[in-house]
Amino acid sequence: MTDLLLDVDDLEVEYPGKGFRAKPFQALKGVSIDIKPGETVGLVGESGSGKTTLGRAVLGLAPVTGGKVRYRDRDISHLHRSERRDLSSEIQVVFQDPYSSLNPSLTIEQILIEPLTARGVSSAESKKRVGDLLDYVRLPGDARSRLPREFSGGQRQRIAIARALALDPNLIVCDEPVSALDLSTQARVLDLFIEIQERTGVAYLFISHDLAVVRHISHRVAVMYRGEIVETGAGDQVTARPQHPYTQRLFMAAPVPDPDRQEIRRVERRRLIDEQRAAAAAGTEADAA
Amino acid sequence: MTAITPTPDIPTPQAHASLLRRLVKRPLGAISFAFIVFVGLVAIFGPMLAPYDPNKASLQLVLAPPSAEHLLGGDSAGRDVFSRLLAATQVSVAAALLALVVALMIGVIAGLIAGYYRGWFDSVSAWFTALVMSLPGLVVLLAARAVVGPSVWISMIIFGVILSPAFYRLTYVAVTAVRNELYVDAARVSGLSDGRIISRHILYVVRAPIIIQSAIIASIAIAIQAGLDFLGLGDTSLPTWGGMLNDGFANIYKAPLLMLWPSLAIALTSIALVLLANAMRDVLERTVVVRRRRRRAVATATGSVAAVTTSIGAVTGSTEAALDDELAAVKPIEHRDDDRAAARTGEVVLSVTDLRVGYETDKGSTEVVHGVSLDIRRGEVHGLIGESGSGKTQTAFAVLGLLPRGGRITTGSVEYEGVRLDHASEREFTAIRGRRIGYIPQEPMSNLDPSFTIGSQLVEPLRVGLGLSKKAATEKALALLDRVGIPDPKRTFAAYPHEISGGMAQRVLIAGAVSTDPDLIIADEPTTALDVTVQAEVLDVLRGLQEERHMAMLLVTHNFGVVADLCDRVSVMQAGRIVETGPVRSIFHHAEHPYTESLLAAILDEGPARPPLGLSTEGALR
Repeated sequence: MTDLLLDVDDLEVEYPGKGFRAKPFQALKGVSIDIKPGETVGLVGESGSGKTTLGRAVLGLAPVTGGKVRYRDRDISHLHRSERRDLSSEIQVVFQDPYSSLNPSLTIEQILIEPLTARGVSSAESKKRVGDLLDYVRLPGDARSRLPREFSGGQRQRIAIARALALDPNLIVCDEPVSALDLSTQARVLDLFIEIQERTGVAYLFISHDLAVVRHISHRVAVMYRGEIVETGAGDQVTARPQHPYTQRLFMAAPVPDPDRQEIRRVERRRLIDEQRAAAAAGTEADAA
Repeated sequence: MTAITPTPDIPTPQAHASLLRRLVKRPLGAISFAFIVFVGLVAIFGPMLAPYDPNKASLQLVLAPPSAEHLLGGDSAGRDVFSRLLAATQVSVAAALLALVVALMIGVIAGLIAGYYRGWFDSVSAWFTALVMSLPGLVVLLAARAVVGPSVWISMIIFGVILSPAFYRLTYVAVTAVRNELYVDAARVSGLSDGRIISRHILYVVRAPIIIQSAIIASIAIAIQAGLDFLGLGDTSLPTWGGMLNDGFANIYKAPLLMLWPSLAIALTSIALVLLANAMRDVLERTVVVRRRRRRAVATATGSVAAVTTSIGAVTGSTEAALDDELAAVKPIEHRDDDRAAARTGEVVLSVTDLRVGYETDKGSTEVVHGVSLDIRRGEVHGLIGESGSGKTQTAFAVLGLLPRGGRITTGSVEYEGVRLDHASEREFTAIRGRRIGYIPQEPMSNLDPSFTIGSQLVEPLRVGLGLSKKAATEKALALLDRVGIPDPKRTFAAYPHEISGGMAQRVLIAGAVSTDPDLIIADEPTTALDVTVQAEVLDVLRGLQEERHMAMLLVTHNFGVVADLCDRVSVMQAGRIVETGPVRSIFHHAEHPYTESLLAAILDEGPARPPLGLSTEGALR
């Protein structure tokens, strides 16, 4: 028995190639990551790096072709649909797009009650629970009878968080939950995430392309690049003093919101890229020799 | 961090009128719906109301003209036509319904299973559908009659099978589109069973097109059934519209009226069904359009159309109105020029004065930009920053004359190099837009035409705009591609847009925007859709080109990092107004307006990182 909540070990995910006898696309090439109860692990990377695929594999929505996903020492990488359903009270999700992640034709109450009725909670009890959930995410109680389209992006994301919390999960996979939001809304939703974590002890796998967002919310950070994890470590270390060349480039690429410091950052970034190029060239020369 | 208190701007609930109620509001829908209901009632109660037995023959009644006892007279066998018509309605409608139900059951269920689970069932049913569709329906029906004898019901069941691909394909396409929606994924993660997901989330989406298709299929079934009976291939013991038509046709010279009644019944019912389908499509599709626009609003999270839709909704709120009044009273805070700003003495290229942009909507006109003024000098980059719905994109589009439908500049002036643009005609704009003003959009991929090569899209404006020869234009385009940092210009020149990445596409668009040597570039969130590493490179390209060509630039963005990287001067927009404006360093270091301060406070970059688990304390979080 380990004290890990989630343990991903050498995970591989392959999507079948498009067309006859096409080579399958390997989205994850042996990824290992673990999460302790109540911990936030941030996952950074650019588009196509496989970070969303890792989240979907944990949720059972991506085809695992190698390696293992263990939840509390139980292998959940190849669960049957019905076994997977039992996990719904353990692992939940908040998606990036607050517009398409809520069914436009259901009211907020119907959306929030759905997971509860699927678990056989009585209707009176689940109605009460909806009130608590809306309270949790700071939405007014009269929101329950409205449709998703009547809410702004930030409010919709709060509804999605409430749905994820409905079954009191121990782990929530957050797939870019704040990247579609405005700056100030983003900050408020992030604070809500942290507050909920402190209150309920839920763990997050927090996927984002933004180092600053990940730095704000994560205890530990993992950096993905082309289907592999290239660096992991404490949040402050990875997001401020990165070791891996890719993370260094990522760090230098984010513009600083200060004109003078950004000027310095620009020069440093140029120098870093030149150094890395020189090192790479020296490496290939050494190989050739 | 939470300096901005969230405004409780949830609008009042809208009336969710049911489909039926909205349908009946349309005259055509109401009439056709009423007629279908009437036919349905006749089909149910007709035989009970019939004054005579529809099959009882009387010699006195053979081809009898209409009379008081026999309203529509008698047919060739001396049967009461009115009673027969009532009885035939029941049989014909029941036959059409049978075909419809069979087609629905097979088509919808197979479509749901194949679309949701895919796999072998998908392949088998696709093969089967192709087979059924390739069969000539009428020939199959004739063959079936020869084998099983003349039965209305059996032939309609077979016809139902023949019609089922129509429903199958419709359902299949709708399901495959919906099953990839995030809310279906979320439902799966929520632990919902497949049956529940299909009935709640998927069937709901396909129901509208199925209802429409049903009306059309029903009218086809009625026509085919009547046709079979008219040809004498049906069951002669049952009264049907087609059978009556056959009888009337045989006696068309002796009693021409006999043909009229069944013809009317068939024609009116079919027409009513088709009109009903049309009306339903109009009603249902209007809701679809609204949803589409919302979807689009996501794609451009901070962008163009989103700004319009959200701000139109928001401005009507009472709190917003109060905010508007408050803002209207205050002039924007203007910072004095610092040394760097004072050193830029180029002439003013773009001058916008008290610009107001309004939209005509169903409920009257709404103003989204309330009096914006700004000047941009040659060689100066002016940043327009604000949250979605603040009117920054609207301002940029107004300058370009590209406001979406219904939008227009209500008052104020836009002057570009001495030319007034605020009420310029489309022709005048054509001479300026893309030639003297370049435009860099937010989403590079959707701004390149997928059916032309990159090269032809770059060369075309050069030949038309600058009158260059093909050779000169090609050379210039290649040089530009090289300048914006594309590694192999020749290959990219010959490539189609789908063959290059988003970052490359944005470089291509930048090359296109500067190709005609404009004095002003308008860039609408030019790096928002790009990865951070690519963003840094694109920013380098933009800065380099701007400096070497000494262009003026209006940069719309919501990212303070981008502002810090590129801009000389910044205007902060809130709710359609500029609240603070000044040189970039003054805004960052000495912001005065509470809104600017709250935006700057919301920047996460500067905050401390969260410590590892276990070490976390209250203080460390903030």
